[in-house]
Amino acid sequence: MTKTSGNRKKSKCVKYTKWGYIFLIPFFLTYTIFSFIPLVTTIYNSFFENYMLGLQQIGPRFVGLDNYKAIISNGDMVAYAKNTIIMWLMGFIPQIIVSLLLAAWFTDIRLRLKAAGFFKTVIYLPNLIMASAFAMLFYSIFSDQGPVNQILMNAGIIEQPIRFLSNVWTTRGLVALMNFMMWFGNTTILLMAGMMGIDTALFEAAQVDGAKPFQTFTKITLPLLKPILMYVLITSMIGGIQMFDVPQILTDGSGAPNNTSMTLIMYLNKHLYSKNYGMAGALSVILFIVTGILSLAVYKSLAAQRKA
Amino acid sequence: MKKKLLSVCLATSMAATLFAGCGGNTADNDKNNEPKESKDSQSTKEDKKDDTSKDEEGKVFRIYCWNDEFKGLFDTYFASEVPSDVKVEWVSTPSKDNAYQQKLDQGLLDQDKASDDDKIDMFLIEADYALKYVDSDYTLDVINDIGLTEDELSDQYQYTKDIVTDSDGKLKAVSWQATPGLFAYRRSIAKEVLGTDDPEEVQKQLSDWDKFDEVAKKMSDGGYKMLSGYDDSYRVFSNNVTKPWVDENDNIVIDDNIMKWVDQTKEYTDNGYNNKTSLWATEWSADQGPTGKVFGFFYSTWGINFTLLGNSLETPLPEGLTKTSDPDAYKAATEGNGIYGDWAVCEGPQAYYWGGSWLCAAKGTDNPTLVKQVMEKFTCDKDTMKTITLDTEDYTNSQSAMKELADDPDYGSAFLSGQNHIALFSSAAPKIDMSNCTPYDQGLNEAFQSAFKDYFNGTVTKDEALENFYKAAVVKYPNLKYK
Repeated sequence: MTKTSGNRKKSKCVKYTKWGYIFLIPFFLTYTIFSFIPLVTTIYNSFFENYMLGLQQIGPRFVGLDNYKAIISNGDMVAYAKNTIIMWLMGFIPQIIVSLLLAAWFTDIRLRLKAAGFFKTVIYLPNLIMASAFAMLFYSIFSDQGPVNQILMNAGIIEQPIRFLSNVWTTRGLVALMNFMMWFGNTTILLMAGMMGIDTALFEAAQVDGAKPFQTFTKITLPLLKPILMYVLITSMIGGIQMFDVPQILTDGSGAPNNTSMTLIMYLNKHLYSKNYGMAGALSVILFIVTGILSLAVYKSLAAQRKA
Repeated sequence: MKKKLLSVCLATSMAATLFAGCGGNTADNDKNNEPKESKDSQSTKEDKKDDTSKDEEGKVFRIYCWNDEFKGLFDTYFASEVPSDVKVEWVSTPSKDNAYQQKLDQGLLDQDKASDDDKIDMFLIEADYALKYVDSDYTLDVINDIGLTEDELSDQYQYTKDIVTDSDGKLKAVSWQATPGLFAYRRSIAKEVLGTDDPEEVQKQLSDWDKFDEVAKKMSDGGYKMLSGYDDSYRVFSNNVTKPWVDENDNIVIDDNIMKWVDQTKEYTDNGYNNKTSLWATEWSADQGPTGKVFGFFYSTWGINFTLLGNSLETPLPEGLTKTSDPDAYKAATEGNGIYGDWAVCEGPQAYYWGGSWLCAAKGTDNPTLVKQVMEKFTCDKDTMKTITLDTEDYTNSQSAMKELADDPDYGSAFLSGQNHIALFSSAAPKIDMSNCTPYDQGLNEAFQSAFKDYFNGTVTKDEALENFYKAAVVKYPNLKYK
């Protein structure tokens, strides 16, 4: 105390830096308690054999890297990672295309869209529904005797009901469709923010030079939108790797058919049937590393382009 | 200086609200997990502080269960006998995906730490995982700890006691029901396709699996389905296995009889003899209702009075209406409602059982007397059990009461169009053999059915389905091995 008061006498100017730190304390405290400590204990747990056999606790017993070896050697993880990536891409590619198109339309001054605010709200709405409720809804709509099949059959388009949830690509397609519907509104808003940040003078200059709308889009909008696009890509990728609730509810946790809609996190969840903290921990750590590497790679490529 | 004080206050209050927010949330979550009554129990907690005598029994009677079957019985037959100052709390968790056992296990593991009111007093278990709890220290000995006598228990079916007797010979649970299985079929369809709806005649045509297959073909030719889904006949095969699921070295063993189920179901699916539904799915339930085109269902006792009856109705019964509470209203509500009365039962191709619920006294209960009373009432009291059977048509665990009903020429179930199903059950009950049960049954049965669904749907080959089953099994039970 004496030292600080001494300082104050000397400098006579008020320092506010420490308030910055004080206001950061709540964040760091919550981060430590709810993120950092769980992260460290997960890594710690992954080196132990530790599960429940009925009501009996097995372990914890230190087994080194055995959990990692088991997970990597049985090959399931690769298959489930493939499922996850396929379902993410099936949702993400249409999502980014539609969002770009919508964002371009919404920000185009010459189009003068009416009721833009209304549409912006509507496209964002699906994101407000809880993913599990949304999946439950799709589950009943697309069930074997559900409304979709009834309508198609009554309209004479099909004779036998389509068994959406017993077929690989329809199941994956439904998961992708749901993810698309839930997130394209959010992406549109983000991209719009990016597009509105672009200096309109550039568009006008392009027009004067006789650029067509498509050329303006590819030569001006897209390059200047890159930082936002990268942000969208990274967040969506992380979200994609963590895909869980939609396929879990839609397939009733089974990842049916033939585990082709089983995502990595669903697999992780399976290990919790016997509270297998060791295996689940090892899988989490692998996921953490993979996510970290992917994010870093994308980030680095972005930074490199910026310098250039 | 004032400014500084103010900002410190602001900062701390901000941090405090942040944590208060978190804390509040977790508290809320806890509340959500617990039954709604927790507010009311607060007053009883305060009462408890006053009387220090430990003779007094707990004021909260907590029962863990997975559906409201037993709650219905409890409310109808026992609620009036609960002391007025004791609150009964039901903690119901669906059994799907092991959710019930997870919840129950957590409760049992925390039993020592929990306050008296939060302690589990009694819980229900099913045959598929009964051994897990029977062979643990978390269940009390019904005879030595709770105080039921051998004499009282002697009227129960022996198998209902055998399965819940632990390796030291202690009886750890009691059941109010015995669950022999039968084949329930639609009378109208039987008449149309087989020319008769008489249970004895129909049974002759279904007495073994070859004949069963023949009838399946006839049903298909007549525009009907023999069974609703893939899993319908599963229990009939899985209960007639010669080996348990897991051998003494923790290896998974697939019995030949279970593979017979696979082959039969694949054949039925490919020939269109079933409706490709799954157990408990909406479509499966609908197949048991007025719009159903399915000939029959394998069901044990509870399935007929509890599940099938409910599904067969066009409009559900009003809440709380039972046969004895208001016979006229019950008759009016059921007659002509959906396909009530269009069902009959016969033994089917093989004897089997399915399910069954047992009552366990949780170690650490603070209401042992009440637990004893409940167990006595529902599993030892012949009159109550007979009334339950008369009311609900469930098959209760009193050999003598069931024999009386089986021999009673006037007794018949209106739902089964006057058939005395108790007679059939009582001849099937002694055949029940649960010696091949393991603590893994539920998880492995579920994994097996789920893995082979893909095979029936044609997405995978038989070997791939087996491989998928093994993989799912070892994830569920890390100690198990295969091949």
